[in-house]
Amino acid sequence: MTTKTHVQTTINGEPVDFLCEPRQSLLECLRDVVGLTGTKEGCNDGNCGACTVKLDGRIVTSCLVLGVEAQGADIETIEGVAEGTNLHPLQLAFLENAALQCGICTPGFIVSAKSLLDQNPNPTEHEIRFWLANNLCRCTGYDKIVRAVQDAAKKMQEAS
Amino acid sequence: MKWIDYENAKTVDEAIKILSQSGGKARPMAGGTDLIVQLRNKDPRTDADVVVDIKDIPDLNVLQCDPKTGLTIGAAVPLYKIYNDDNVKKYFPAIIDSASLIGGVLIQGRASFGGNLCNAAPSGDAIPNLIAHNGIATIAGPNGTRDVPVEDICTGPRQTSIGNDELLISINLPVPAAGFGASYIRFTPRNEMDIAVVGAGVSVNISEGKFTAARVSLASVAPTPIYVENAVNALVGETVGDAAIQRAANAAREAAKPISDMRGTAEYRKHLCEVLTRRALNAAIERAKEGK
Ligand SMILES: Cc1cc2nc3c(=O)[nH]c(=O)nc-3n(C[C@H](O)[C@H](O)[C@H](O)COP(=O)(O)OP(=O)(O)OC[C@H]3O[C@@H](n4cnc5c(N)ncnc54)[C@H](O)[C@@H]3O)c2cc1C
Ligand code: FES
Ligand code: FES
Repeated sequence: MTTKTHVQTTINGEPVDFLCEPRQSLLECLRDVVGLTGTKEGCNDGNCGACTVKLDGRIVTSCLVLGVEAQGADIETIEGVAEGTNLHPLQLAFLENAALQCGICTPGFIVSAKSLLDQNPNPTEHEIRFWLANNLCRCTGYDKIVRAVQDAAKKMQEAS
Repeated sequence: MKWIDYENAKTVDEAIKILSQSGGKARPMAGGTDLIVQLRNKDPRTDADVVVDIKDIPDLNVLQCDPKTGLTIGAAVPLYKIYNDDNVKKYFPAIIDSASLIGGVLIQGRASFGGNLCNAAPSGDAIPNLIAHNGIATIAGPNGTRDVPVEDICTGPRQTSIGNDELLISINLPVPAAGFGASYIRFTPRNEMDIAVVGAGVSVNISEGKFTAARVSLASVAPTPIYVENAVNALVGETVGDAAIQRAANAAREAAKPISDMRGTAEYRKHLCEVLTRRALNAAIERAKEGK
């Protein structure tokens, strides 16, 4: 039986080391060990996307990644989306379009949507819905979320 | 989750050594999208003390598509790499059918065809498609390497013919003979992120208006994905057209031994076998005609 493993990562651009047991998920490590509680736990089995983070350039459900797997990894979480006190256009668009109610799904949606817009600045509604199919929301009925992503895409293109 | 140890194997030999020294209590992990859920749920069929991470092993990350040698899919290659590969898109378009519908984007960053096959779910969306493509699994163990047709891997729900001390290295699809086309379609109530009520993977070879070869395989209608020999027999040698396609679809319906559950009754599933086999055959014939 091993004891805790020393995991060295980069989280939101900063070097972060943590200790974890092999059975702990990356989600648990982020929330309970590192103290980054913006990433949420919904289902803990890969279905809801509340725990979405970017791991070495790909979005994943952090509940289905072991913390020990993150050795040497580059991780981006919801805490890294705003620049200081300036909200990201997606965050503003979610607020302005009322794309959240309880908000538990929102960090996951924003991290997912950001990775979509990073690679496809002008997605169609179909592409947005398809990309976000792995993120579930029990409150909004999705329409406002799709509108918010479209709105953010438009504003980001106007700004660039 | 119960206590586990974690080993990150860097070579096939290292992985096999750990697997064979763990008394059957070690499990390979590729994307972990099945394994981590099963460990967390304390699934009795996944009684592991050691997780052997295999996704850094170079041999398991090969993705090589060559019109002369066929397609080699390393057991740990994540799905997004498969469906973003230009050569796979061009030469094996039907493989994209499965790669792009397993889970959603979040799952596809991690999940592999190797994991889908070794997990041996009756509903595994890669499996009928690999069977339709005449896939061969290359498996390494303490006594060397062996090649096994994909249809001989799954032996029961979540059970395979791969030993506890063995590792799936890759799945190899041969170069299709002339006039080849394939397709995988499934029926789910929701388009994305759902488990197949029925899935149908088929391939055909067409020459001078006749089926010269065919493969038909179904998911979610038996304890394992099945190869439907009677449907194949209904096609080979026959003129390409609705009559032969319908006979094959009927044979698929007859071969299915589904259960009734919350996703659908047995009768409904049998009906879906007929419809999906017909549709998949028509899609495969289209691809064969386009020279894909
Ligand atoms: C939200 C969600 C949605 C999903 N949707 C679908 C879907 O639509 N269709 C579908 O078919 N599946 C689906 N799945 C199930 C799963 O994602 C797939 O089966 C996936 O292909 C498994 O691949 P993996 O690399 O993650 O496997 P892992 O979890 O790493 O492994 C699965 C099993 O195979 C064994 N194994 C893995 N690699 C090897 C190897 N090289 N040699 C020997 N044994 C090995 C493991 O020990 C384990 O028992 C879904 C899962 C989730 C969580
Ligand atoms: S908590 Fe990870 S997908 Fe739901
Ligand atoms: S806002 Fe409540 S789940 Fe999405």
